[in-house]
Amino acid sequence: MTAGGWLQIALLLAVLTALTPLLGGYIDRVFKGEPVLLARVLGPVERGLTRLVVGSEPAGQDWKEYAVSTLIFSAVCFVVLYVILRTQSIQPFNPQGFRSPPWDLAFNTAASFVSNTSWQYYGGETTLSNFSQMAGITVHSFLSAAVGLAVAIAIVRGFANRSGKVLGNFWVDLIRGLLYVLVPLAVLGSLFLVAEGVVQTLAGSVHISTLTGGHQTLALGPVASQKAINVLSSDGGGFFAVNSAMPFEDPTGLANFVEALMTVLVPAALTATYGRMVGSRRQGWALYGVMAFMLLGAMAVAYPAESRPSPAMRAAGVHGVNMEGKEQRFQVPGSTLTAVTGTASGDGTTSAALDSFTGLGGSIPMADMMTGEVIFGGVGSGLFGMLLMVLLAVFIAGLMVGRTPEYLGKKIEAREIKLVTIGAIFVPLVVLFMTAWALSTRYGLRSIFNAGPQGFSETLYAYTSQANNNGSAFAGYVGFVQPHAPGNAGASGVAFADLAGGGAMLFGRFVPMLLALAVAGSLSGKRTIISGGGTMRTDTVIFAVLLIATISIVALLTFVPALMLGPLVQTLTGRVF
Amino acid sequence: MLRQLRSAVVAVVVLSALLGLAYPLAITGVAQTLWSNQANGSQIHQRGRVVGSSLIGQSFASDPAYFQSRPSASGYNPAQTAASNLGPNSAQLRDQIRGRVAAYLRRERPYDPGLTAPTVPADAVTASGSGVDPDISVANARIQAHRIAAVRHLPLPVVLRLIAEHTDSSAAGLFGPDTVNVLAVNLALDAIGKR
Repeated sequence: MTAGGWLQIALLLAVLTALTPLLGGYIDRVFKGEPVLLARVLGPVERGLTRLVVGSEPAGQDWKEYAVSTLIFSAVCFVVLYVILRTQSIQPFNPQGFRSPPWDLAFNTAASFVSNTSWQYYGGETTLSNFSQMAGITVHSFLSAAVGLAVAIAIVRGFANRSGKVLGNFWVDLIRGLLYVLVPLAVLGSLFLVAEGVVQTLAGSVHISTLTGGHQTLALGPVASQKAINVLSSDGGGFFAVNSAMPFEDPTGLANFVEALMTVLVPAALTATYGRMVGSRRQGWALYGVMAFMLLGAMAVAYPAESRPSPAMRAAGVHGVNMEGKEQRFQVPGSTLTAVTGTASGDGTTSAALDSFTGLGGSIPMADMMTGEVIFGGVGSGLFGMLLMVLLAVFIAGLMVGRTPEYLGKKIEAREIKLVTIGAIFVPLVVLFMTAWALSTRYGLRSIFNAGPQGFSETLYAYTSQANNNGSAFAGYVGFVQPHAPGNAGASGVAFADLAGGGAMLFGRFVPMLLALAVAGSLSGKRTIISGGGTMRTDTVIFAVLLIATISIVALLTFVPALMLGPLVQTLTGRVF
Repeated sequence: MLRQLRSAVVAVVVLSALLGLAYPLAITGVAQTLWSNQANGSQIHQRGRVVGSSLIGQSFASDPAYFQSRPSASGYNPAQTAASNLGPNSAQLRDQIRGRVAAYLRRERPYDPGLTAPTVPADAVTASGSGVDPDISVANARIQAHRIAAVRHLPLPVVLRLIAEHTDSSAAGLFGPDTVNVLAVNLALDAIGKR
């Protein structure tokens, strides 16, 4: 460990804390329809798009109408992305002449990008054409993030509404989020990344003969424009198979820092947006504080764990830090930083091979996801996931002191708590059921790469990541080369893993989203009670501690038995398998 | 319902054109104009032909007169990036590292007799995350300097000065450690001319 490594972590939190109120306040103004600076340029585009999509007088929607629009839009996105992938071979911008991925891989990939997950059972540079990367992957990174953003804003409106049941209009929110938030940030991000060295071209590969007379093929493409939105959108899919470990995606330590920052930027800013929308900035800071504290906690475990040699290195008589699967320009601090920000956020971008992390180091990305992706989490989904945990914490506190729980002056009643409870256990159930299913069938076992407890960890990681819409991977878990697609070396899908994983991603995305919308619908317009001396405040350090405890206890009770079989065994033993 | 479906189809089509074509093409245009070197893969040209990319590692294993890159799980193939993905408790990984340590000692110890297994830098015997890591640690480069000096008949201080000149400290220990770009330092060796 180095002072510089810790300083980098401190700097990330400092910059994030400074940007959160700025960007959060801006997002608040965007969704209130106030004139922001960009509206002078993009105002006509926004009005034109809105008229085209939903007509000149968009009507307000209650939670059910909002949910229906969300689902229909996502369904159309799914179909379009699936068709783009399946017809890749006849589309333009395919300089390498890649074939179309088989149906199961296309299903998994479409589910992955529509659910804002970006799980990849394919290697981008060996499977997808530039057209699929641009019109498919890039577009749906934007759209799935914009859906999460719109839904989160609608849910917060429900929490804040003093009267009425209107949560906004999905189409208006979708377009505003894209034009004023995601696109401008992506433009800035991609230009910065190009300047640092990320490639951006429509040309195909470049063949070179190396200094010692060997041959190398540089795979190029529109990487920067995709990388920028992939780190901003909580999507995180790499242009290349190894994601940000590839220098063409993440060329310098500074680029790595900025990519790590971008993965948590919008989810963090939304806490400030939340505070402003409910009329108490302290409520937003309380959520931000909980998230930042848990992020720091994750770093404080993972960084020291990776700064030691792995059991395999020790057995081979080598000292030094665990460098297997890590890049020299990031070494341990940069690699751990993206591993933690990539999994605490719903993004999944990493700049090192997590499969080769130590037992303890590798359990941290898993634990980050097992909290239900609420440590910043995905764009939008992190905020409403956290709000469900807040209601659960309020309820538990209410039980302890024997008072009717209330939040923001609204009584939390049986209906909300039922929905919250289902939300808290649904995704963990999907994770555990799918993991057990995959481990108990021979089709599931074929995906495993490493022997011993690591093979179990790979399976658990795969379904934790997919059901929580993260997308990072213990990437040994892929299986075999798809026999129906001889041209595509990277298309290593197994039908079982593709289908089970695709299902996990879709359920893990839309069931919690609908539950949170239902809670918001139920809270919207509820009479507010004037807070008195007996009211439990939810913007204090004591409540933040209670919230951290609630999140941790729910995750621990659910997952400790599973974690013991994989990462914890590996932490406790020096054996090799 | 049908109106919603119409809205969804129109939205996806229009936004796909905007975000899937206009956005990446616009970024490509700006990138190619302002940063054409980076946008095209930071290619290094020598006597009119491309010899590599400053961001992509190459194999120099066939020639002991060059600094050696980190081990690769992909055969240094930038068109099919891969890490080993071997777990921390993998016996296969242990065997691979053992083999690499033995090979490293075989190559370097004749020129650097003090070298032992525990002093071999970790980056020299572990496969990188991308398979094409362009960099090695300064410690790794300084060990290899002994061999380079002997094979190329150069004084050791000259080689060490070359390493210092090609050490990238722009990350300042904050965003990453100091690194030595293997292709760059090898090109500089060739520029000195002695073999």
